[in-house]
Amino acid sequence: MSSYEARFQVWRGDEHGGGLRDFTVDVNDGEVVLDIVHRLQATQAPDLAVRWNCKAGKCGSCSAEVNGRPRLLCMTRMSVFDRAETITITPLRAFPVIRDLVTDVGFNYQKAREVPAFVPPPGLGPGEYRMFQEDVDRPQEFRKCIECFLCQNTCHVVRDHEENKQAFAGPRYLMRVAELDMHPLDAAAEAGLDRGRTAQDDQGLGYCNITKCCTEVCPEGIRITDNALIPLKERAVDRKYDPLVWLGSKIRRRSGA
Amino acid sequence: MSVVDRQEWDVVVVGAGGAGLRAAIEARERGARTAVICKSLFGKAHTVMAEGGIAAAMANANEHDTWQVHFRDTLRGGKFLNQWRMAELHAQEAPDRVWELETWGALFDRTKDGRISQRNFGGHEYPRLAHVGDRTGLELIRTLQQKTVALQQEDFRRTGDHESRLKVFQECTVTRILKDGDRVSGVFAYDRETGRFFVLRAPAVVLATGGIGKSFKVTSNSWEYTGDGHALALLAGAPLLNMEFVQFHPTGMVWPPSVKGILVTESVRGDGGVLRNSEGKRFMFDYVPDVFKEKYAESEEEADRWYEDPDDNRRPPELLPRDEVARAINAEVKAGRGSPHGGVFLDVSTRMPAEVIRRRLPSMYHQFKELADVDITAEAMEVGPTCHYVMGGVAVDSDTAAARGVPGLYAAGEVAGGMHGSNRLGGNSLSDLLVFGRRAGWHAAEYARALADRRPRVDDAQVGTASAEALRPFSAGAEGEAGPPENPYTLHQELQQTMNDLVGIIRREGEMEQALHRLAELRTRARRAGVEGHRQFNPGWHLALDLRNMLLVSECVARAALERTESRGGHTREDHPRMDRAWRNVNLLCALADPAGGLAATDPARGQIRLTRETTDPIRPDLLALFEKEELVKYLAEEELYE
Amino acid sequence: MATGTEPQHNGGGVRTRTRAAIAAPHLRTDRWWLAPAATAAGLLAFVVYSTWRAFANAHYYAAPYVSPFYSPCLAENCRTMRAGPNADLFGGWWGISPAVIILIFPLGFRLTCYYYRKAYYRAFWASPPACAVAEPHRTYTGETRFPLVLQNVHRYFFYAALLVAGVLTYDTVLSFRDQHYRWGHMGLGTLVFLANITLIWAYTLSCHSCRHIVGGKLKHFSRHPVRYRAWRFVGRLNARHMQLAWASLLSVALADFYVYLIASGVFDDPRFF
Repeated sequence: MSSYEARFQVWRGDEHGGGLRDFTVDVNDGEVVLDIVHRLQATQAPDLAVRWNCKAGKCGSCSAEVNGRPRLLCMTRMSVFDRAETITITPLRAFPVIRDLVTDVGFNYQKAREVPAFVPPPGLGPGEYRMFQEDVDRPQEFRKCIECFLCQNTCHVVRDHEENKQAFAGPRYLMRVAELDMHPLDAAAEAGLDRGRTAQDDQGLGYCNITKCCTEVCPEGIRITDNALIPLKERAVDRKYDPLVWLGSKIRRRSGA
Repeated sequence: MSVVDRQEWDVVVVGAGGAGLRAAIEARERGARTAVICKSLFGKAHTVMAEGGIAAAMANANEHDTWQVHFRDTLRGGKFLNQWRMAELHAQEAPDRVWELETWGALFDRTKDGRISQRNFGGHEYPRLAHVGDRTGLELIRTLQQKTVALQQEDFRRTGDHESRLKVFQECTVTRILKDGDRVSGVFAYDRETGRFFVLRAPAVVLATGGIGKSFKVTSNSWEYTGDGHALALLAGAPLLNMEFVQFHPTGMVWPPSVKGILVTESVRGDGGVLRNSEGKRFMFDYVPDVFKEKYAESEEEADRWYEDPDDNRRPPELLPRDEVARAINAEVKAGRGSPHGGVFLDVSTRMPAEVIRRRLPSMYHQFKELADVDITAEAMEVGPTCHYVMGGVAVDSDTAAARGVPGLYAAGEVAGGMHGSNRLGGNSLSDLLVFGRRAGWHAAEYARALADRRPRVDDAQVGTASAEALRPFSAGAEGEAGPPENPYTLHQELQQTMNDLVGIIRREGEMEQALHRLAELRTRARRAGVEGHRQFNPGWHLALDLRNMLLVSECVARAALERTESRGGHTREDHPRMDRAWRNVNLLCALADPAGGLAATDPARGQIRLTRETTDPIRPDLLALFEKEELVKYLAEEELYE
Repeated sequence: MATGTEPQHNGGGVRTRTRAAIAAPHLRTDRWWLAPAATAAGLLAFVVYSTWRAFANAHYYAAPYVSPFYSPCLAENCRTMRAGPNADLFGGWWGISPAVIILIFPLGFRLTCYYYRKAYYRAFWASPPACAVAEPHRTYTGETRFPLVLQNVHRYFFYAALLVAGVLTYDTVLSFRDQHYRWGHMGLGTLVFLANITLIWAYTLSCHSCRHIVGGKLKHFSRHPVRYRAWRFVGRLNARHMQLAWASLLSVALADFYVYLIASGVFDDPRFF
């Protein structure tokens, strides 16, 4: 067991302004950055605002940026840093700040509302659902998402371009569309809802330039780009840009008529 | 004082975990305009931490499973102290509640023929837990969250406003339930983000705030578990039931400090993990109680054969019920045979090849790798008991989830008492949330509707008192109080230490008396808890307000534990080590000593809580008939048997 | 370090007024620039090399080896390669190097490839240069409009790339001859060609569009067991798409360079048998 004094810079302030404040704190063996923030609260800055809940990487509350990288504070071990370096903690920089390390993540809840919900298959009652493991594997990967919003925060489409927030839902909610489109019993198509098309038209799929930062920061290790976004782009191509498919559907429609 | 914003709703649900959201969905679907208030962001509730699964007798894995078997298991687990009607409803309705989740988009793991897969768990006779890997709680919360959003989308199409009929007030905390005479008239709350107060006027309030674990130092619970609902009910005049029963999970992480208390799942032992002390001894063989002697192995050789051949060998003692294992670990540590960080060793590394460990226990492998930098395929884990769940809670009517004595108040989930008796089975909490969450929402909506325009009024004086109480920490030490302002973080740490040391897993009369003294002292100091800064997102202030609740609830636990002179389930008395049949039908009810609901006038030495005993309703004969006579003899008093 | 105490003017992006007032465009302390720099260097090197070789119109055939840059050879001005990939579709009017005709296809395939897009958007366009490092552009529309909306044609280049890979496979088979076109021989070049074609196929099949076409587009794998297996196979390759992209880029350049060395007489192909 050994402890040492570490130097920290923590952003403090609110929407009217603020800046990095210097702190020197004791660090003990085996601690994570969130422990240090808690120690700051208990000893030096009782009103330091931070979000956290489970402290085990399962709820996705304590998202912030450590040395400029989006991370969960509870899953960032102090041992990954050099003892001599000054560690910088700032709030997420893609969202409006509320106070200190707490940001307004309302953007994400807004976008969640814009994704059309699961459409239950007509004619199947509770208990009658039959799905096979190989079919649920894909959407299950996306349902591991803990909604920490690190992918939403790091995505340059909205991080670097506030004006795109209107048109672009962000990786988490495009992944939600992919999840529903791959759900073996989702009946959106039967109900006249084309999820691939809504992803393109309403969720702003075209803004994604697949630079994979969402995948890089995902604490759950979900392969967002390869397994959700690109398949969704391919599905959109099926509907919108594939002349063969377009021709095929024309012919089928004609012969069906 | 600034004007407090007021809104009018039919039903207010406090808490947005599994029970709260299920209640809100039900109330909204039954036509009530419903508001949900939660302390964290929407979707972050502690329910996400549940790993094992949802217990429901769907009979997908074993066709013999029925609600009757599930009921029987639940009562055995709770040592027959369960509110039997709740256990009955729970067992009957759990399958419907799980299937319903599928129609809302949940994706459980599947059986070969495409149905919901069910897994084995301690205390359940058949494989019964619907699950999604080891993240079932996350699936549950996400499904309910997305169903909530789906309902909001429906309302948007109809009214142009997503929040017209179902609104989530996230990051808000309720500090008082407001009343008009006996009846609930609304809630007083503050918004964490702005620090502003507001009042939601509503005839029906559903408490779904979860547990009390944050009163203990070592806990698997998150910061939100400060017993808010328990305290709100007490303050509103509703009694709490059997608060002495607190479940300690035997295996929580003990190191590093940052994750102390985080669960190490039961399947580690189920898959072959063994417990050893610092001398390298598999100590559990020394702790098999007489009643279990014939069911558990006596030698390591026999125990090891069980994994391959469970029919011809007896189970290893590592798989004794949670309370037994927790007590054994506690005893080893006290005897000085613990691990360096005050636990014991849980070892799988010498039991199976690294690759098998990584395949069978992926999340544990990652949990230890990422949080403790321990490779469980190469070295032993250090584990110790951790406060996990409170069986006690608001005394409710089994069918309607209505709190006793306060019309309009409902409680569901961990905050409600009775369902689990003295000890909860793994998997029964998630099904509990769904079954009673729905019932609470349903009856709250019906109650609100039946009132029509005869709704209770909000009393301005109560609002004034509530806001003065909430602002008190900003002026601590000012109003001629005796003593300097206290740091709420320090007070919280002392409270946790007190509960952990004195009312923890093994309880003694003297220690609990000592605990009551310390709690009284902390309570006086907590009145001087002061904060710096302003009201906007100020965690110090939030903690200062939560302290009131933790202190109230801790006193309930300590007082009830002192009163119950037996050991049963989640309550172990060193001075009364046996289960006493005379206590089988006795409930302990906690109520506020000052029936007016005030706290200030209470005598510091005698405390704020009064206990009363109550005899439980006899178990219905057709339910008793589900058990063998020989088994009932162990639990029920003579006169109960002959009725 | 620059830290404002006032909210900044509306600088856009991370300096938008409502966000935490931090003047620095990023606070990363690691060597985040290394990856985009290495990518840029690698891609530039290949562009320079392949431009030189594609327009050289020389030293691309040394029996039995034909440079992958010139195969299939579709113009009249191609060297005659006995039983080789000659297919004079363009006739005599084509005056410049015939490599240019066919290279369009692999070039298009790689240019629209989901991995290379990431690589050059980051390395050349700095959009973004690295995660959480502010990009220098004032506006951004991604792949929503012309010309970048054309990236969606990737799957047609994939079909073309399949054909090209087929021809290169044929060339590899031909490399089992000796200089006199007798079958059943092998030289060092044969190994170079084998390695190259293996990587080309692995890269081509690991393509995201391929993964979609073979099975990814299905909703129910359980009803299509064969396509499910194919999808899983492609999925395993796809997880290595980046590595395969680089390895096959290097191998195709090396295969070409090997032919160049032989054809220009720097050394003779070591024959095994």
